[in-house]
Amino acid sequence: MALTEQELRTLDYEPDAGGHFGDYGGRYVSETLMAALSELDQNYQMLKNDPEFQREFDADLATFVGRPSPLYHAQRWSNAIGGAQIYFKREDLNHTGAHKVNNTIGQALLAKYSGKPRVIAETGAGQHGVASATVAARLGLECVVYMGADDVERQSPNVYRMKLLGAQVVPVESGSRTLKDALSEAMRDWVTNVDNTFYIIGTVAGPAPYPQLVRDFNAVVGREVKWQSKEILGRYPDALVACVGGGSNAIGLFYPFLKDTEVAIYGVEAAGRGLSTTEHAAPLCSGRPGVLHGAKTYLMDNSDGQIAHTHSVSAGLDYPGVGPEHAYLKDIGRANYVGATDDEALAAFHEVSEVEGIIPALETAHALAYTKTLAATMRPDQTIVCNMSGRGDKDIFTVAKMEGISLT
Amino acid sequence: MSNTRIQQRMDALKASGRKALIPYIVAGDPTPSITVPAMHAMVAAGADVIELGMPFSDPFADGPVNQRGAERAIAAGMTLPGVINAVAEFRKQDDQTPVVLMGYLNPLIAMGETTFCEACENAGVDGLLIVDMPPEEEGSLVQSAKRHGLDLIYLAAPTTTDARLETIGNATSGYLYYVSLKGITGSSKLDTHEVSQRIAHMRQHVSVPICVGFGIRTAEDAAAISTTADGSIVGTVLVSQVEALANQPEEIPAALQAILQPMRQAMDAKA
Repeated sequence: MALTEQELRTLDYEPDAGGHFGDYGGRYVSETLMAALSELDQNYQMLKNDPEFQREFDADLATFVGRPSPLYHAQRWSNAIGGAQIYFKREDLNHTGAHKVNNTIGQALLAKYSGKPRVIAETGAGQHGVASATVAARLGLECVVYMGADDVERQSPNVYRMKLLGAQVVPVESGSRTLKDALSEAMRDWVTNVDNTFYIIGTVAGPAPYPQLVRDFNAVVGREVKWQSKEILGRYPDALVACVGGGSNAIGLFYPFLKDTEVAIYGVEAAGRGLSTTEHAAPLCSGRPGVLHGAKTYLMDNSDGQIAHTHSVSAGLDYPGVGPEHAYLKDIGRANYVGATDDEALAAFHEVSEVEGIIPALETAHALAYTKTLAATMRPDQTIVCNMSGRGDKDIFTVAKMEGISLT
Repeated sequence: MSNTRIQQRMDALKASGRKALIPYIVAGDPTPSITVPAMHAMVAAGADVIELGMPFSDPFADGPVNQRGAERAIAAGMTLPGVINAVAEFRKQDDQTPVVLMGYLNPLIAMGETTFCEACENAGVDGLLIVDMPPEEEGSLVQSAKRHGLDLIYLAAPTTTDARLETIGNATSGYLYYVSLKGITGSSKLDTHEVSQRIAHMRQHVSVPICVGFGIRTAEDAAAISTTADGSIVGTVLVSQVEALANQPEEIPAALQAILQPMRQAMDAKA
């Protein structure tokens, strides 16, 4: 199924009218959701070319988020590794501390332009919930965030942040009381209140058109890297690396480079306690195609087709599915998907904190771990851009706890 | 395809001026051994078709009650082959009552769609309702289902446009499942007047029988819906009863019967 380089350079990398990326994606949902998804699709296809909408989106990215984010040369770390020059795309410097806000601003603006005064979101660790609550406050929209009851207990600082921002946080008691239950509950809310409600999905997963629109809103990351690398290096980087949970920061970086086949692309999944164990969250590395949460994609399930419990040290990567466009890029051979274990990610978390003065998010630490491996195989005149997708302030309690350190 | 067990049953009901009572339970909830006795009990209480849920770990179009039902069934060891075996077991005593398997696509993909449909035919399954497979996404499953004589039942919603109704009407066989609420299985609002109007409208686009589900809880609901629809589908209220008796599963068949009998009587009284 892998395509030739010539084919990869000329593909348009857009989904078909039904939202399919090759065999993947689509709209595998109950009929109760179809009307809402078609309305969203129509609104999006219209607004994405609307100059007024784009102007407002760009203005918010500039003055509210603080874009463009810098492309930073991690010189000491590059020298220590002794291979390729490593650059960080500093999404961690965005308002709210990660790439997530690029997408939530886009979707909240869609809500506003579509005349929906209420937004809802699901959240696992709370990052997407905070980013949604932030933009809802900015635009004066009512905001309800669904969060698994267990996550509400584990992530109390983010729950408080969302409340400070004026959002209502609804703990979901059903099922495993985590992200997937929050997602189901948000779906229920949406089909019941679709007339006045916009559902802000946090990643490039889910039914069409979400994978496409979330990608488009995050693609600002890759577009900036294109001109920044030209400016700084005089050419494109030799390789791009990003972590992949649902895959929104990764696709945002990759998408503008897909036709530039001289640029190698690496997505790094959470290998947890190892890809040879069952305790990981790496559907592209060791799952198989199936249907989950409205899209056909790679996922982790058991032999009966029941969705597997996943494990990762990083809450943001702890998801059994992945965005359908990544499934497509894997099959056609445009992107490589690899894993980094909990231990490798933790080691990179410490190393980059100490050597570069940047505390990365644990999700990002997976990308950093693979960047280190890859850099060591490359020459010093070659370059890697690694997406520093988020900052690690939110993770210091997790890391301290794992290392037996009490912070209170 | 003109004389599947579902179509025969629907035709017979129509000929006698009666409406279909269609109960739904999750196979294997709370334990696999109770499923077949529960099916027979529901037939004895007047069920015309049985919808049997194939448990899935992530039933995001279902309400919390049905989700918990699926979780109990999976925890009790129910699998897709187990669901099909239950139908085969049921068929040993009942070769008349149609059985529809309702669920999500991923377990079918895992089993292999062709293998699944073949096993369904051998066991005496009559129809499939795959919640997360709208006509736009139907693939090899449709061909396999047709080859093995299985009706494919699709959903329609209050928000379904006329253009889509045509597509769905053409794709569906056996009956059309009209989701009476915008929301998810088990929501509490049911507006029977609105449903009647909607059914009258849908009949302009759809020729198969239209059965209504979601939100039917009482005998009065079932009777009111049946004045215009071809059948009433009753799920959440039964799954709630199963949940209440999860620790006394032997009492479940009689308890389901006690819910369905008054519905049957109220529906027949209106007929």
